Amino acid sequence: MKRILATAIALALGAAGFAGSTHASPLPAGWTCTPALCGAPQGKPIVEHLLPPPEVPPPITRRYPATVIVNLEAKEVVGKLADGVKYDFYTFDGTVPGPMIRVRVGDTVEIRLKNAHSDHMPHNIDLHAVMGVGGGAANSIVIPGHEAAFAFKALHAGLYVYHCAMAPAAVHIANGMYGAILVEPADGLPKVDKEFYVMQGEFYTKGAYMQPGLQPLDMTKLLDEQPTYVVFNGRVGSLTGEHALRAKEGQTVRFFFSNGGPNLTSSFHMIGGIWNTVWPWGGSNEDHNVQTISVPPGGSTIADMKLVVPGTFMLVDHAAVRMFNKGALGQLVVSGPEQPDLYRRLWNKPFPPSGTSPAPAAASSTH
Amino acid sequence: MPRVPTIVLLTLLLAQVACAGGAPRFVPVSGGRFVSSLLDGTRTVTVRVAPFAMMEEPVTEAQFAAFVRHHPRWQRGRITPLFAGPQYLAGWRTPTDPGDAGAARRPVTGVSWFAARAYCDSLHAELPNWYQWEYAAAADATHHDARADTARRNAILAALMHATGQRPGLIGRRPANLYGLRDLNRLIWEWVGDVGALFPEADGDLGSAGSGSVLRLCGGAALAFRDPSDYALAERVAALSMLAPTDASPFVGFRCVRNPGANP
Ligand SMILES: [Cu+2]
Repeated sequence: MKRILATAIALALGAAGFAGSTHASPLPAGWTCTPALCGAPQGKPIVEHLLPPPEVPPPITRRYPATVIVNLEAKEVVGKLADGVKYDFYTFDGTVPGPMIRVRVGDTVEIRLKNAHSDHMPHNIDLHAVMGVGGGAANSIVIPGHEAAFAFKALHAGLYVYHCAMAPAAVHIANGMYGAILVEPADGLPKVDKEFYVMQGEFYTKGAYMQPGLQPLDMTKLLDEQPTYVVFNGRVGSLTGEHALRAKEGQTVRFFFSNGGPNLTSSFHMIGGIWNTVWPWGGSNEDHNVQTISVPPGGSTIADMKLVVPGTFMLVDHAAVRMFNKGALGQLVVSGPEQPDLYRRLWNKPFPPSGTSPAPAAASSTH
Repeated sequence: MPRVPTIVLLTLLLAQVACAGGAPRFVPVSGGRFVSSLLDGTRTVTVRVAPFAMMEEPVTEAQFAAFVRHHPRWQRGRITPLFAGPQYLAGWRTPTDPGDAGAARRPVTGVSWFAARAYCDSLHAELPNWYQWEYAAAADATHHDARADTARRNAILAALMHATGQRPGLIGRRPANLYGLRDLNRLIWEWVGDVGALFPEADGDLGSAGSGSVLRLCGGAALAFRDPSDYALAERVAALSMLAPTDASPFVGFRCVRNPGANP
């Protein structure tokens, strides 16, 4: 009786001070703040070490809430959208997507946003990991040469999108101004051998696909939601050839996959693979044996796969025109010995057309 | 009676400015009824714009250099912090020299609203209000209101994005509009006199989370504009309305307006 009462009080406290559960079914442990889990930040503030995509910051081994300082800079840069094609990108830290941020549920996250002196536009940041009006947008608007900061408590674990929300937001996002933030559950995610950070986004250019030169944004295409490019990590070929992702047979890899949009829902798929474990919406719900994951703009998924055979595996948005004609293609090169028991070639040969006089059946031939 | 000295003074002043920068030329803009692209709350705003005269081109670096030489208290390093922050004319070689071979044809930027207003004041002119600027900028070479022209919008947006990371281009590369005004839309953002009032309900406190006006410029931008798909205009309004009057941005310049009857 005493224990039930204590639980009831804890739940009530949880609902008041934190996000808590608003319904009867229990939440997965460690994915949502409770008073026990998410007390005051401890230790010295930690300055997040940010890495460019597809790099992922290492898993968090810390088991207490801390203050994490994240320094980001809005930068307008001319960069490569494809071979011979340039574009005026709006970015966080000069890359599309911006660096992946990794914190732990219960952490107090301090976002410090600078806007480069050479920029022309005001920018800001709206993180979907924030419980607060505008996701931080109103408190982070910075004109060129200014900086702003705000803090939030990471109440819910999951993989979340962040993006610039400055008017006209569709333009800022279409220019590449997005990234992802992982809020790890209290005990972390299951350990894997390799983690990758991939983000999909569309680009709307005046010139046709692969038309060379500096390509301006085509407002009409953007309004019609008809992109010229649909790419992973900001450009055609960011994850192919020499930039292909690499792993070894027997390893389990994890993709932190988010969609910046601005408009298209991704059908995230690995050609020749089935996702063993998926957190389909980037939240606590877990699924298994999934072929293709629907990832909306401003949404995320976490997808694990154990690699059992070698070869080059294509990472795609399975909406076929996007992978074949608009650039939504990456590669995962898996090295290791062939596994004929699991996958092997049998034959490839001509067979007689139907309606011709039946030849003696090969299998029963006595020749 | 007091007219004569005023004109003499004005002429002297203009002559001084002209020494280095060439005198700014004002051209008449016929007034008219105009529907603003900005909403007032949820209301469409129709204004009657009275005839005015506007500087043909944005103020150039050379013209502004002449101004600060003549009015040292507006020089970088001498200006009171009440009127300009550390970015004020930060790109200039010296407080009086832009150090730019193109100074005579490049719009001055990096000036605070206060300094822009003082410059106009020195010409017995003022900064345009938003509706004047918007009205003048709505015209192309043949129409008073070309705002619905999608190709034009697209080109304006492309021109603005094309300037990523670069200093503003030179004045006069494109034809003048129907009033004879140049470079209103594609070169820089321009200060307006009532910039603080672009969103009338703005409380001026960006720190207050949930401030309605600020949010309208974020996710809710669709609520602020009569035509939310006029992206170039949205970029401009966003860029301007976030500035404090002491801010100086490398992409923000200005031009002045005055009474159409004023001395040329
Ligand atoms: Cu932005």
